[in-house]
Amino acid sequence: ETAKRLRFVPGLVYIDEGAVCGQSPAQREQNLAQMEALLQETGFPYYLALELPGSVLRRGPGAAGEPCPSYKVAVEGFIQQRRQEAADGDGDTSPAGLSTQHGPGGDPAAPRARLPAAALTAELLRLFEAAETLTAKEELLQMLRSHLILHTARTRGYAKVMTGESCTRVAVKLLTNLALGRGAFLAVDTGFVDSRHGDVTLVRPMREYMAKEIAFYNHFFGVPTVITPPLSTKRREKTSIHRLMESFLLGLQVDFPSTISTVYRTGEKLSAAPAEAGSELQRCLLCLCALDIAGGECWGRGAGAGDAVPTHHPSPRRPESIAAFIPLLCYSCRLTFKEMGSPAMLPPYVRAEAQHRSCRARMKEQIQEFLLEDDEEEPGAS
Amino acid sequence: GRAPNSAVRSFCFRGGAELLFDGVKKHQVTLPSQPEPWDIRNLLKWIKMNLLKERPELFMQGESVRPGILVLINDADWELMGELDYKLQDQDNVLFISTLHGG
Repeated sequence: ETAKRLRFVPGLVYIDEGAVCGQSPAQREQNLAQMEALLQETGFPYYLALELPGSVLRRGPGAAGEPCPSYKVAVEGFIQQRRQEAADGDGDTSPAGLSTQHGPGGDPAAPRARLPAAALTAELLRLFEAAETLTAKEELLQMLRSHLILHTARTRGYAKVMTGESCTRVAVKLLTNLALGRGAFLAVDTGFVDSRHGDVTLVRPMREYMAKEIAFYNHFFGVPTVITPPLSTKRREKTSIHRLMESFLLGLQVDFPSTISTVYRTGEKLSAAPAEAGSELQRCLLCLCALDIAGGECWGRGAGAGDAVPTHHPSPRRPESIAAFIPLLCYSCRLTFKEMGSPAMLPPYVRAEAQHRSCRARMKEQIQEFLLEDDEEEPGAS
Repeated sequence: GRAPNSAVRSFCFRGGAELLFDGVKKHQVTLPSQPEPWDIRNLLKWIKMNLLKERPELFMQGESVRPGILVLINDADWELMGELDYKLQDQDNVLFISTLHGG
């Protein structure tokens, strides 16, 4: 009788966010050491932090990538790719202040994980300081984290990524994202399958378990945990939409114990829009979802420097101006972006990709009249 | 003999809750004797007054714990034991686990 369970060898990824969460280098080292010990004990291959080239923002081919035969080959491939990109002029690529990769326990040649250069960490902290609200910081952190996970998966040859969001967290995320203007993407942001990237599929297998159940399980089975402080400041500040929504839902849950599961089940009814032929011009630069608003139109209040004029054509602008980025972003990423200070603070890989896309958009505009487009209009439409 | 209502009590914090208590996970204290019984309600009052260094609203809400913080009495959900009304007994262990994202 064949086993009905999926058989695969999982790898584990840990991303150190200690720098933006206010930890000192000593605390982060200690944290990393603890995590590493924990990961080594599992016996699975694990990866601690990575650097990001611009290509992470491009949608991968639809077919699943071939898994790499061995770690050493994967490292070779990765190093080759990096050399190629350096030659292409992507330049310095490490935005998120995260350091070298580390292999599975048995590889003596792999270097021990170390914190990245202080200069990179300082850059990262400047980026987060420039974010004006805690909401923008949270969104930025999530964005960087998901880019890193995606990149790790791609370079290591993993076709699927599993994340551990609980039912509670999914319900909170659903309502939070609604408030953030991500209504169009609720299904990919909270559903079981998130296939926005094409070659790497994200799944959320824990989304049916309440946080309470997971906490009890961890306690009864002695699951080792490493606690890190959350993204916050010590000062009493206005909270973020994320925290507000969490308080709201958990507060309701106390008196109405079906709250979380009701929100979750309602979210389950949402299904993702069918995958569109995605040229990169139609995907958001930051969250990588299909753009839900056309061209350079800005809805809502026209706050922000020089970008209140609606336009349908990406006309040439200074590459680093806020206005140059706006057409590349979805509605909610535009809102976050406007609270993030100067675009010059953004990680190099993001700026490089933005420039690439702006160029392509301009080129396309110039040859527009010579292009044969698919006829998408219904007969009779003007 | 020992005053009837004073006792050594132990309680623990996990899941991030310990961050509110200087990172100390396990606490063992002697609660002073008092006419009122030491139930969870009074224990929480005591913790708030004596142990919470900053931002009590991150641990407590009103006279109870903040929603999202689980309370286990001897490894059982406190909802099964009477929640705030449960009267502490000898050898009881109370465990607070935070499931909150933002601390």
